[in-house]
Amino acid sequence: MTMLKTLAPYEFKSSDAVENYKGRQLLYVNWERHRMFSRPFVLALPPETPFSEIVDRHMSECFSYHPDWQQIDWNTVIWQNGDQPFSPDRDKSLKDNGIGHKDLIRFRTPGLDGIAGTGY
Amino acid sequence: MDMKVAKKLGLKERYSLMTRDLAWDTTFQKMADVFPQTTYEGIKIHDWDKWEDPFRLTMDAYWKYQSEKERKLYAILDGFNQNNGHLSVTDARYINVLKLFLGSTPPLELMAARGFSMMGRQMNGAGPRVACQMQAVDEYRHFQTQIHSISNYNKYYNGMDEFAHQQSRMWYLSDGKSFFDDAITAGPFEFMVAIGFAFEYVLTNILFVPFISGAAYNGDMAAMTVGFSAQSDEARHMTLGLECIKFMLEQDPDNLPIVQRWIDKWTWRGTRKLASVGMMMDYMLPKRIMSFKEAWEMYVEDNGGALFKDLARYGITIPKCFAQTVEEKEHVSHQSWIGFYMKPGATPFHTWIPTPDEMDWLSEKYPNTFDRYYRPVLEYLDAQEKAGNRYNNKTQPMNCQVCVSTMKFNEPGDSMEMCFRESVYRGEKFHTCSDHCKEIFDNEPEKYVQTFISSHQALQGNCEPDGVDVDAPDYRPGARMLDYWRLDERATGDFNGSDDQKNFAVWREQATKN
Amino acid sequence: MSNAFIAFQKNDESRCIVEAILDDNPGAMVDDQPSMVKIDVPHRLVIKRETVEEKMGRSFDLQELQLHLITISGHLDETDDEFTLSWNA
Repeated sequence: MTMLKTLAPYEFKSSDAVENYKGRQLLYVNWERHRMFSRPFVLALPPETPFSEIVDRHMSECFSYHPDWQQIDWNTVIWQNGDQPFSPDRDKSLKDNGIGHKDLIRFRTPGLDGIAGTGY
Repeated sequence: MDMKVAKKLGLKERYSLMTRDLAWDTTFQKMADVFPQTTYEGIKIHDWDKWEDPFRLTMDAYWKYQSEKERKLYAILDGFNQNNGHLSVTDARYINVLKLFLGSTPPLELMAARGFSMMGRQMNGAGPRVACQMQAVDEYRHFQTQIHSISNYNKYYNGMDEFAHQQSRMWYLSDGKSFFDDAITAGPFEFMVAIGFAFEYVLTNILFVPFISGAAYNGDMAAMTVGFSAQSDEARHMTLGLECIKFMLEQDPDNLPIVQRWIDKWTWRGTRKLASVGMMMDYMLPKRIMSFKEAWEMYVEDNGGALFKDLARYGITIPKCFAQTVEEKEHVSHQSWIGFYMKPGATPFHTWIPTPDEMDWLSEKYPNTFDRYYRPVLEYLDAQEKAGNRYNNKTQPMNCQVCVSTMKFNEPGDSMEMCFRESVYRGEKFHTCSDHCKEIFDNEPEKYVQTFISSHQALQGNCEPDGVDVDAPDYRPGARMLDYWRLDERATGDFNGSDDQKNFAVWREQATKN
Repeated sequence: MSNAFIAFQKNDESRCIVEAILDDNPGAMVDDQPSMVKIDVPHRLVIKRETVEEKMGRSFDLQELQLHLITISGHLDETDDEFTLSWNA
């Protein structure tokens, strides 16, 4: 239950409600144990966007600066949506992969733990 | 005939005559209508006269001492500027500390001035009203003098002229803005705990003492004198914050759980807000006085520890976040610097990789973490830069819904893992950086759903310079972010090769020969 | 037992104040830092007007401390004659 106390009625909309994105939705992506990227990045994309575009374009553009990127064996990658295990289908859309507004996709690359195994 | 000489009044009498005795209770209007804000938060006050300023500072004495401080300050500033003092700093990297400080601190001093002006109006008792008025004037003075002292640098170095425009727009200034916006939109008692107590008493030493001492150590007399002048007011501010806590706790036992929740909340929010101070101390000062970790131990663990031990007699316990802050002191400055280093095109100050001897200093100061986690990546990035492949991450960040920091902190107990927390409110997901921020969100979600997150706003098309048509078919959100921020490109990028670096070298050379 | 502390900017006046503190507070510890000085005393730190006046060779109003202060730790009590910082625990 809220602990907010106010002098008057208090009703405000969320700044990031999905309707503010004109048909797109927010998606966050994080490469676990590669903290050289400091934090996840965010995209606004239509829900029809194929998952392959996330990997081949957006993730590649950002993460290929890291020497581990070329070493990834994509068959062993472990995916999560938030804290839930998740198996994305490359050819399906975000929506058909069950990815909603403001979901956080996390992926782990076993055996690749960043520069000199530091997690960076 | 004997002359009767009026005896000079003692401090206590003078304080009593000049504060409480000048106040009155209203009779034409009900006191509750004149002071409508001091009851709705649930804090119960029975006797406002129990609040007394232990400095017993009256307005006449206040003006006398403050004007003396101003005279000293401006005399030193004039001397520093007339003598080309900017060329006496250790090296031009130091000036980036001032750029970071200018964007992040004076605008918040102004918010503090607004907040304390409101407190000076809303508090029922004359004691707190007078003390809050003084603090409001102090904060306004800090806002002005900080800008004045740095304005001389603005004549010579890039990236300082648009700090006021950038304050409410730039990604890395959102954490401080959110901190004060949250405090000033709370009730008066929560504001007093937030700013007067958690920030001024528990945390402000971490910001100002190392900043001033660091400025002095790096030859910046302008920042040193303005810092000292401001800091001489801080002891009074800290006292006001502590008196407020004691007053609430002594007035009614029902106040304890409310006060405790606010202490927990604001100690954490302040800790997050100060993460960038750590990187200033450890990475940005060419000559370093002490590590952020050492400062944290001295001013927060020891001093804060003494405070909470003392407040235990009221039933107050140490803030819940304390253990996590102790763990994080080994990490936050490094994590922050990497976060800024990778965005060379998105700040009005330069970043760089520490020199080998600076890295050795970091190893010595952080024996548990620096070599294990941070040195390898910094050395890798250094080699990349030297090979012409300087790191430049062009993506937009994910931020915490409460503290608005980028989501860059590790899971407590596991330095390799990122920490993510999530809440769902009215069907929408909200992400936070820690258990403490999540708890703050969950306690008052109506408030934090409104958070301004720069990257999200840009993606909505709300961060564009004038004249951009966000409905045009070829519109790309964020493509003109630099214009929106009014970011001077000369101020961006790595320090190596910057105008500041070149100009400083030339001017210093000119200063030593004809 | 916690330390009460006080820090001053380094200048001629604060040099006298620090000397007075050292005289009046056995166990006081001085920490010299760039352009500032911090003094810790276990439990209770007192600044006496009379001692400061002796060191300065002039009359001194304790409220003049305002001009040189950087930070304090402890509960404060200020009278015409003494400026005291202390912890109850």
